[in-house]
Amino acid sequence: MTSTRPSTRPSALRLLLRNRVSLLGCLILAAVVLAAVVGPWLSPYDPNATDVGNALRAPGAEHWLGTDQLGRDVLSRIVAASQVSLRVAVVSVSIALVLGVGIGLLAGYARGAADAVLMRLVDVMFAFPVLLLALAIVAVLGPGLNSAIIAIGVVYTPIFARVARASTLSVREEPFVKASLTMGTGHAYVLRHHVLPNISGPVIVQTSLSLAFAILSEAALSFLGLGVQPPQPSWGRMLFEAQGFVGQAWWMSVFPGAAIFVTTLAFNLVGDGLREVLDPARRTALAAQGGRS
Amino acid sequence: MSTPLLRVRDLTVAAHGDPIVRGISFDVEDGQCLGIVGESGSGKSLTVLSATGLLEAPGLTIGGSSVLTDTTGATEIIGASRATLRGVHGPRVGFVFQDPGTSLNPLLDLERQLTEGPETHLGMTRRAARRHALELLEAVGIPDPEQRLRAFPHQLSGGQRQRVMIAIALACSPSLLVADEPTTALDVTTQAQILDLVRGMQDERGMAVVWISHDLGVVGQVADDVTVLLDGTAVEQRPVQEIFASPRADYTRTLLAARPTLGDPRPAPAADAEPVLRVADLDVSFAVRTRTGTRRIRAVRNVGFTVPRGHTLGIVGESGSGKSTIANVLTGQVRADAGTVRLHDADLLATRGADRRDLRRRVAMVFQDPFAALNPRATVERSVSEPLRVHGLATGPERTRRVADLLGQVELPADFAARYPHELSGGQRQRVCIARALACEPDVLILDESTASLDVSIQARVVDLLLRLQEELGLTYVFIAHDLAVVEQISHEVLVMRRGETVEQGPARAVLSDPSHPYTRELLAAIPPAEPRVRSSAP
Repeated sequence: MTSTRPSTRPSALRLLLRNRVSLLGCLILAAVVLAAVVGPWLSPYDPNATDVGNALRAPGAEHWLGTDQLGRDVLSRIVAASQVSLRVAVVSVSIALVLGVGIGLLAGYARGAADAVLMRLVDVMFAFPVLLLALAIVAVLGPGLNSAIIAIGVVYTPIFARVARASTLSVREEPFVKASLTMGTGHAYVLRHHVLPNISGPVIVQTSLSLAFAILSEAALSFLGLGVQPPQPSWGRMLFEAQGFVGQAWWMSVFPGAAIFVTTLAFNLVGDGLREVLDPARRTALAAQGGRS
Repeated sequence: MSTPLLRVRDLTVAAHGDPIVRGISFDVEDGQCLGIVGESGSGKSLTVLSATGLLEAPGLTIGGSSVLTDTTGATEIIGASRATLRGVHGPRVGFVFQDPGTSLNPLLDLERQLTEGPETHLGMTRRAARRHALELLEAVGIPDPEQRLRAFPHQLSGGQRQRVMIAIALACSPSLLVADEPTTALDVTTQAQILDLVRGMQDERGMAVVWISHDLGVVGQVADDVTVLLDGTAVEQRPVQEIFASPRADYTRTLLAARPTLGDPRPAPAADAEPVLRVADLDVSFAVRTRTGTRRIRAVRNVGFTVPRGHTLGIVGESGSGKSTIANVLTGQVRADAGTVRLHDADLLATRGADRRDLRRRVAMVFQDPFAALNPRATVERSVSEPLRVHGLATGPERTRRVADLLGQVELPADFAARYPHELSGGQRQRVCIARALACEPDVLILDESTASLDVSIQARVVDLLLRLQEELGLTYVFIAHDLAVVEQISHEVLVMRRGETVEQGPARAVLSDPSHPYTRELLAAIPPAEPRVRSSAP
């Protein structure tokens, strides 16, 4: 048996930061968040100020990442857009997480009729192509950033519902759930203290994946004119505006693309790390490995 | 003496640099049975599986030597290529594992699983392999083999599945059979049959057997030589008779002493104690959907018993006898069709609402598998205090104090409260489960096979703990088990069940020493005796 003394067991956060890969993810995320918060004061230009004389300038000393077809500074726009993209990702995935895990928990735990009804609803939502469903929702709510966030949240709900239900089905059969029920425990307590912590692994993985996809979905919606309204920038919008200039101004697409790529990667790295350190058994193993090396 | 069939020298296994098996050597002679005994975590499975080349996992390093010598030639197993090992597994070494429920592929019929090996290794045609499969099924005692060949694993009982596993292991006529706890998941009577079967097959085919078990009693029934393992080291390696007659290592003596054996029933307690639990005319049935419609299976029929304060009722029976269903009725997990359950003067089945919650608190349960009965993401403190939280019995510092008290009652240090289940051994976990059951100061404790999944030495200590707690707290136990020897240690009265019905009922001493029903006698006869079996054909 491992002779880990409780007092020396490192906290989940410390273990997360001890892992170099997760640490990298955390640092990138911190940088992106920092850019989103203080960026507007630091960025060299007004992200929406046009300067047609300087349109399509290659990256250089004056414009580090070049300018777009209207002469707007790409770096300033990327920094300004990080706020929008992060907000969309975090808020919409939170909506999906709460709704989806709620539905999945309920369906998987109650089984029977409730399960059948809820999961058929989820199936119907799944049957629509993601973008089409989002379009329909935005059409009803009217275009704008908030509609886009709600639409993306709803669209990603079924995935969370399925993941949560599948794990719940197996966890609810575990003897510790039965043991708890024999003590006269209420179902709410069981769900909160026994089921939820034990389905967190797959849900966290799904969350980090969805954060990345949400950024991309926002890009697609904005491109169709249903998300962020011009001239406000978002990474997706910038990408799509750049598509006509790929041949002449590579910097217009490469840098916003790189921003999406790096942020998505960071979300995934942190998600993987979190899944590991939130499992007590893995935590002991990681602590033991860390102690040896 | 000729070269042994399997010669293992200085076998070591290490996981990420930590040694688990520390240099073990043994020989398995042709036609002989070597028993390997040890507690879980002693490295007994790792030793044998690595010596036969079945072990492969990232981070594991295996050292030493293991040479298999039979009619095919001599092969070094350690470090052998996968191609070499494919030629070894099946035709030269066969395997039987603990859980017959998961060792068979649920999607293939028996024919497919039985003919797979012979077709690949022996180059048999489909038809020949089928004939061979029929012979095998008959040899392992499966009735009506022609029909059974088309059956799927779920259509067989646990014992039959294990017979099929043995048939598959023997399909290519291996010279060595490795049996890893093959009877641990089975009832005693089935265990006795499987022991007979393997002995018979061994004598008939002259093959060698390596039998891994935590139960020295079982090993005593099959083995010629015994190797006792402790922490990856062999503490004693001698013929089985000598091990039983004059164990040299302290650890072997502990193992022998810890074995529950029949013959020392508990003294009867005061007879005038007030009845705590009274069950009468209990009927329980389940709806089972079959192809022809819904059918009701009567799991418990007309069962009744009374347990006075401070007494233990042992309920004995094989799997499927309905004994666990009774536990589920008593804890409110299953609804009874008819009958009454009275706790003191309150009707446990008819009460509703807040009174019912209050009554529930007074009946607590300890489950079989301490590994699964604790939430892996909750600390011991959290698990033990759960009943207190749920019933709002203690808060803040008082709750912390109560948890420490409860841990003290089950002889665990108070600082275990901060641990997670994976940081505890099996026995410690079961102690935590008992502490949790005691949290609400129940009158009745239902122990559903609570010691069955523990190693013998740990089982003995948990039984001691239960006895002490009963005396100190005046608890009433309902002890459900299939192992009559343990039941005798702890029970004052015994109820024997078969197929949902009471077969025999009465004081433990009377039922176990002078059983009146043939089924009870069968159960008693199936317990591995205290003495090892004398093999007539010993080399």
